[in-house]
Amino acid sequence: MTEPSKQPVRSILATDCGSTTTKAILIERTDEGFRLKVRGEAPTTVEKPFDDVTVGVINAVTEVQELIGRPILDEQGQILIGQKGDAGVDLYLSTSSAGGGLQMLVAGVVRSMTAESAERAALGAGAIVMDVICSNDKRQPHEQISRIRQLRPDMVLLSGGVDGGTTSHVAELAELIGAADPKPRLGSGYELPVVFAGNVEARGAVTDALQQKTALSIVDNLRPELDSENLGPARDAIHDLFMEHVMAQAPGYDKLKSWTSAPVMPTPGAVGAIIQTVAEQRGISVIGVDIGGATTDVFSVFGGTFNRTVSANLGMSYSISNVMASAGIDNVMRWVPFDIDEAELRNRIKNKMVRPTTIPSMLKDLQVEQALAREALRLSLVQHKDFATELKGVRKSRDISEAFNQSGSGNTIVDMMELKLLVGSGGVLSHAPRRVQAALMLIDSFEPMGVTRLAVDSIFMMPQLGVLASIHEQAATEVFERDCLVMLGTCVAPVGKTKGGRPLAKLRIELPDGAIERSISAGDLQRIPLPNGVTARCRIEPAKGVDVGAGKGQPLDTELEGGEAGILLDGRGRPLAIPGDASARVAAIEQWIENLDLYPRDGR
Amino acid sequence: MSHAYTPGLKVSPAADFIRSRTLPIPGEVLVAQGDRVEPDTVVARALLPGNVMTLNLSRQLGMAAADLADVMLVAEGASVTQGQPIARSKGIFGLMKQTLEAPTTGTLESVSKVSGQALFREAPIPVEVKAYVGGVVSEVVTGFGVHVDARGTMVQGIFGIGPEVSGPIVLVGAAPDQPLQPADIKPEHKGAVLVGGSLAPLATLRAAIDAGVAALVTGGIDAKDLTELLGYDLGVAITGDEAVGLTLVVTEGFGPLHMSGKTHELLSARAGNVASVSGATQIRAGVMRPEVLVPHEVPSVEQTEVDTGFMHAGSVVRIIRDPHFGELGKVVELPPEPAVLDTEAKVRILSVTLRSGDRVTLPRANVELVDEQF
Repeated sequence: MTEPSKQPVRSILATDCGSTTTKAILIERTDEGFRLKVRGEAPTTVEKPFDDVTVGVINAVTEVQELIGRPILDEQGQILIGQKGDAGVDLYLSTSSAGGGLQMLVAGVVRSMTAESAERAALGAGAIVMDVICSNDKRQPHEQISRIRQLRPDMVLLSGGVDGGTTSHVAELAELIGAADPKPRLGSGYELPVVFAGNVEARGAVTDALQQKTALSIVDNLRPELDSENLGPARDAIHDLFMEHVMAQAPGYDKLKSWTSAPVMPTPGAVGAIIQTVAEQRGISVIGVDIGGATTDVFSVFGGTFNRTVSANLGMSYSISNVMASAGIDNVMRWVPFDIDEAELRNRIKNKMVRPTTIPSMLKDLQVEQALAREALRLSLVQHKDFATELKGVRKSRDISEAFNQSGSGNTIVDMMELKLLVGSGGVLSHAPRRVQAALMLIDSFEPMGVTRLAVDSIFMMPQLGVLASIHEQAATEVFERDCLVMLGTCVAPVGKTKGGRPLAKLRIELPDGAIERSISAGDLQRIPLPNGVTARCRIEPAKGVDVGAGKGQPLDTELEGGEAGILLDGRGRPLAIPGDASARVAAIEQWIENLDLYPRDGR
Repeated sequence: MSHAYTPGLKVSPAADFIRSRTLPIPGEVLVAQGDRVEPDTVVARALLPGNVMTLNLSRQLGMAAADLADVMLVAEGASVTQGQPIARSKGIFGLMKQTLEAPTTGTLESVSKVSGQALFREAPIPVEVKAYVGGVVSEVVTGFGVHVDARGTMVQGIFGIGPEVSGPIVLVGAAPDQPLQPADIKPEHKGAVLVGGSLAPLATLRAAIDAGVAALVTGGIDAKDLTELLGYDLGVAITGDEAVGLTLVVTEGFGPLHMSGKTHELLSARAGNVASVSGATQIRAGVMRPEVLVPHEVPSVEQTEVDTGFMHAGSVVRIIRDPHFGELGKVVELPPEPAVLDTEAKVRILSVTLRSGDRVTLPRANVELVDEQF
């Protein structure tokens, strides 16, 4: 790691080495504080002939250098750290999900209790969970052993038993892992890291079973009592071991690590840090979604509780074919106003899978990709809701029978009526040619209820700002507010039904040039322009039985925040109703496209 | 900007290919540095620890794990055969004794004093690694395997399925821009590496499997035929373990796609030679592409633009997305400033001249470098 310069920071270079693309941003101190200056990108180079992640970094930085018009690389093509005059930068930081990210196996005694807590700890640390092994997962022990052997994870997290609880089941799990003697995915020259975060009284038995065969670390129990979680120590241990063992195996990582001014952070961990900061600073419930090439991460903060899920095979390039397979062609095609030959569509999608860096250059191609994005987002939210349930790291009084009787560990805490800010990130959202396209993708897939502000990460720089916040919070905050988060506007979606075609809700909106009155009817989708930075007071009067956030039939006085898409009034229902009949569906979609001015009219 | 980085697939008549052939666990290396090996030569062998079966003695006998030592009939580390008594409870007043039997043949590896669980390890499973490609052992990785060096023709495909195989190259099909027909597959193609065609339809693939063809190298495959062949819709391109009875290498992509002129020409020139073919594809970190390797004498190894990954005016590229998918073009210009597409996306572009003489502007992301004559 490069020591940060002692002088005040004037410039910061930050890269995010994604599984597909390496993105570089240059931040400079200006009269208005820290601002994003330029951005560059290049394909990630973990494949032959390079086998070195730093080649992609240098290529992306070369683009930054050309766009800013001053030297950042020296004559040998290395990043100049410690700005001298116009040359170089003061800080260089990076996040990475190259190398496939962190792939973990999780084990716990009871699926809906310690195993689920362990899964949350692993996900919160930025991992992809390959499988969850537990005493009650209905697999025979020998099947579990073969599975552990076959997976070759980067790391194992073993939990089980509250403090003072079962030791025999925990010992049994440790023995299974020991018998499988799993080998790490990357590199055969080191022992597999195993973190034990279970019953303190089982530490001896776990040590006996695993110390000779693995690199065992023991941390505090992540579920010390039935009604509380303590995920921090396990998350920290996972993060440290990730840096120490796993990332060190990624091609070129050692070099990258020697260049940066702070430890390289896993990309999802960095995005999660930023989402939590936003929720805390504004005191609201937030969902962030990062749709990448291989995976879609959903981050949420409801009632102060943070959750992250990774939908490992829902993504827009490597996993795009899996989106089609998971959603089904009918669900994908319901979002586009034209027919396409199914065989041709399947070939197109598979071609994107094998050449993941290509981009649509025709309008219909773009529309199909955005349809696939809606399905990837929708499915990832379904998974997130199933996982983000009650009993999340908060102490909650309940008796033991309730604790054992958690169907799916309680109800989801993801309340779309409670949601106040929905932030999208990832190429398909951040780079949507019109911001209103990103807004509608978020609305169609997440179906926010009541009044919800929408935003996107302008150019997908949340990962870099997440790692920047770890060493220069001021710069991270200033750039986040001014350059990263782009407000799209506010969605107003009444929930409920009316009879006889009566409006779902009536609105009086005080726009800068005067008040207007609107009503939302079933099936409507309307757009009212309201610029970024402008807020309009609004009174919403829902019909009897319809809720906009204050309760059924209760009026709501609120403020609608403007943005590049403006105010979007969505009367299409929750769950969203799309006409089943093909011609009615096409007509409805075309109407929505026209109302929102979604696509260029003369596109091919 | 005068150049840009863009990766491409390797298609070369004179390439170096070094293949690492190693065991997943330490074992015995059977060849020495400098040895000449053929694709089927076994270069290393190991014994994988056998499968493990478990039996929770404590629960079965209804006694504390710590007391199990008193009732064991077999010591830890001893060999057992399936059905052999391994523990017997003391019963009540010497009556109603319960006997537990070994669930499998192997070794009683351990009996846990905490969980009461007995682990039985079955006989070791032999694992062999073959050379895969004909060449010379350039390095021995003690206890794990070898590196095999060879030179010759190397063709990377875009996508494949199936394991490593080898066989003589046989050209099939009417032309590289015509789909292969089932009738193109003959009984004499058993064990061969067939090369040809713009598309291998399902009926042709099935004919190749029936004929015992080792591998089929073709321009394209329809996604729906792949799903039929595999029995499931492939969601993520991580392949190589498919057991469909055929290794398939697709050189261009999904759909009917003219096999690249250079690929066809190079493999045609090697008809009759033994080729090593792998369908393993992994389009993620640590990318693997399917490949066809044909070792032969080469005066010197060819280095091309594709190896550098850098594109400039005059480079020959293949367009890898609609419109013009599959066409070749010559780069005319790489403007530094982003431009607006029909979709209104603002991206970095390039201008290329197509074989038709038309000049088109495309996103840089939608081309790949190729070593082709233009």
